[in-house]
Amino acid sequence: MPTVHVFARDHINTDEIIPARHLTTDVESELAKYAMEDYDKDFVRRVQPGDIIVAGADFGCGSSREHAVWALRGAGVSAVIAPNFARIYYRNSINNGFLALECEGITELFQDGEEAELDLKGGTIRNPRTGKELSFVPVPQFALDVQKAGGWLEYMKAGEDVEGERLDNASTSAGHGHAGTPLGDDPAKEDGPRPEQASGHQKEEHHA
Amino acid sequence: MTTGAPPFSGSSPQTTRPQTVAEKILSQRGSAAVYAGDLAVVEVDQVMVVDSIAQSFIERMERDLGAVPKYPERVSIVVDHVAPASTVSVAQAQKEAREYAAKTGVRLFDVGRGICHQVLMEEKLAQPGWIVLGSDSHSTTYGAVAAFGSGMGATDIALAAASGKTWLRVPESVKVTLTGDLRPGVTAKDVALEMIRVLGADGATYQSVEIHAGDRFTRGERMTLANLCVEAGAKAGLVVPGGEILTDYGYDVPAWVYPDEGAAYAREVEIDLSALHPRMSAPSEVDNVHDVAELRGLKVDQVFIGTCTNGRIEDLHAAAEVLRGRRVDPTTRLLVIPASSQVMEEALQDGTLLTLQRAGAVLGTPGCGPCMGRHQGVLAPGEVCVSTSNRNFIGRMGDKDAHIYLASPAVAAATAVMGRVALPEDVAQVAASA
Repeated sequence: MPTVHVFARDHINTDEIIPARHLTTDVESELAKYAMEDYDKDFVRRVQPGDIIVAGADFGCGSSREHAVWALRGAGVSAVIAPNFARIYYRNSINNGFLALECEGITELFQDGEEAELDLKGGTIRNPRTGKELSFVPVPQFALDVQKAGGWLEYMKAGEDVEGERLDNASTSAGHGHAGTPLGDDPAKEDGPRPEQASGHQKEEHHA
Repeated sequence: MTTGAPPFSGSSPQTTRPQTVAEKILSQRGSAAVYAGDLAVVEVDQVMVVDSIAQSFIERMERDLGAVPKYPERVSIVVDHVAPASTVSVAQAQKEAREYAAKTGVRLFDVGRGICHQVLMEEKLAQPGWIVLGSDSHSTTYGAVAAFGSGMGATDIALAAASGKTWLRVPESVKVTLTGDLRPGVTAKDVALEMIRVLGADGATYQSVEIHAGDRFTRGERMTLANLCVEAGAKAGLVVPGGEILTDYGYDVPAWVYPDEGAAYAREVEIDLSALHPRMSAPSEVDNVHDVAELRGLKVDQVFIGTCTNGRIEDLHAAAEVLRGRRVDPTTRLLVIPASSQVMEEALQDGTLLTLQRAGAVLGTPGCGPCMGRHQGVLAPGEVCVSTSNRNFIGRMGDKDAHIYLASPAVAAATAVMGRVALPEDVAQVAASA
């Protein structure tokens, strides 16, 4: 079971996730050495492949640097769970097929270092010690598709067309954001009923 | 040179109900009338790439996508974040960016031309009604001229360059109405900081901030307002054109780019400008805003005047007015970095830089300077900096135990003279020489 690292503060920003002084590379294994350095410099020594970060609201605010996602993934983090995310960070997560799960009350569910049971298909996360469980906001189908493809670029390439046709198709199928695929960068704020998660959807093992 | 997507149709697509500015622009640049919550696939008028992600961008274009920019004239690379280069690896990345620009025909604004947002505005590469995506979060700045400016990561930026399009969820809008008149000595920066305090650091996440300022504020001041919107989490910060401000700068302002009466807003706030005093954001979140008077007297090690928020000619004028004939306190250092070569030239010609130099300012190459802590004035542990920039996060300008306070250029200049947080009126006690 993955270990949970609790960073309970709200507004943890990209300068804390990966300080700008380390933006001299986009090699994930390099960036990983400095993940969360200005928040908790010992984090990279504790984190194990597959671990989960639980954080306060507005995680990833600040810069547009995609390195914030790369550094965490490089460090082995499989998912970040927070009440909500800053929008550029959230979008970067989707584009990289990296899990950013929105879950109200998540920082109360775990103490730092506890283990978690994450059920992506069922949309729940559970603390086996306490037996308590929370549901997270379902991952948009679009995000799952991107994750399955291995990222936004791969998803687009799979459509064999970077000229935008795939984008247009996405728009049409989204029905402008209501029924169908919540393609927006803000599924948490979607109006109307949440789309069903495809229960039979082929889920990739998240990056271990 | 042609820039931007094809001309607007002149009227919004068939709408069914009143629209915000964000809804209007995304409708115009998409294929149908859209409203908050809808998904829009839109034409992108300008894609801006900064030096610090240029390598990632090129890798995504060439290695991952095997694509070239669909419209090279709609792509600009700006070398500004670490310019001139500070290390060999940074120099190598910038070399590759130059080679890429030469090869593909995209625009390159090289070392010394200035900060991306300032340069694109000066070059009119952001215009009313356009969609401008930048690989820098402060791309909301283009909202100063009612362009939908938004920051994105390297992958999104590459896709936009390759396809000429992007997808956006149409944001809800927060309407910010500014009323009354500013007191003397209170500036657009104070308004912007107050706006972030009112909205909260994540108070407009995923949303568009639509600022109704009437005919107040210059283009530069509007840039300061739009720039700070991302500090409330906003996707865009659109200042509604008012009076003749934009037409005076030579922009074509489409008749449709104004919000409709009755447009739906997620939230509406009003800020009475006449009640505002100079404001300061204390560590380590931008919405931690106080009156400067409350922080007065705090010892300051470094003052930085510059950035995309406040490095324009009017900002340097405001600083020079305070510093004229005075000296920076010997226990404090003052860095001044003009936002662009154009600003620098103007400040050279009108004597502003001489005034600042004589006061003891250290002048730097137009660019981002130490704003994001990579060079040209990073902070040591325990040091205190008053900066005209936009972020005071932990570790932002160097060591994580340094402390950053955000303020207007006039307050920053007064602080430099006193060596402590000060108001412009405080420097009266320091005799000015002729």
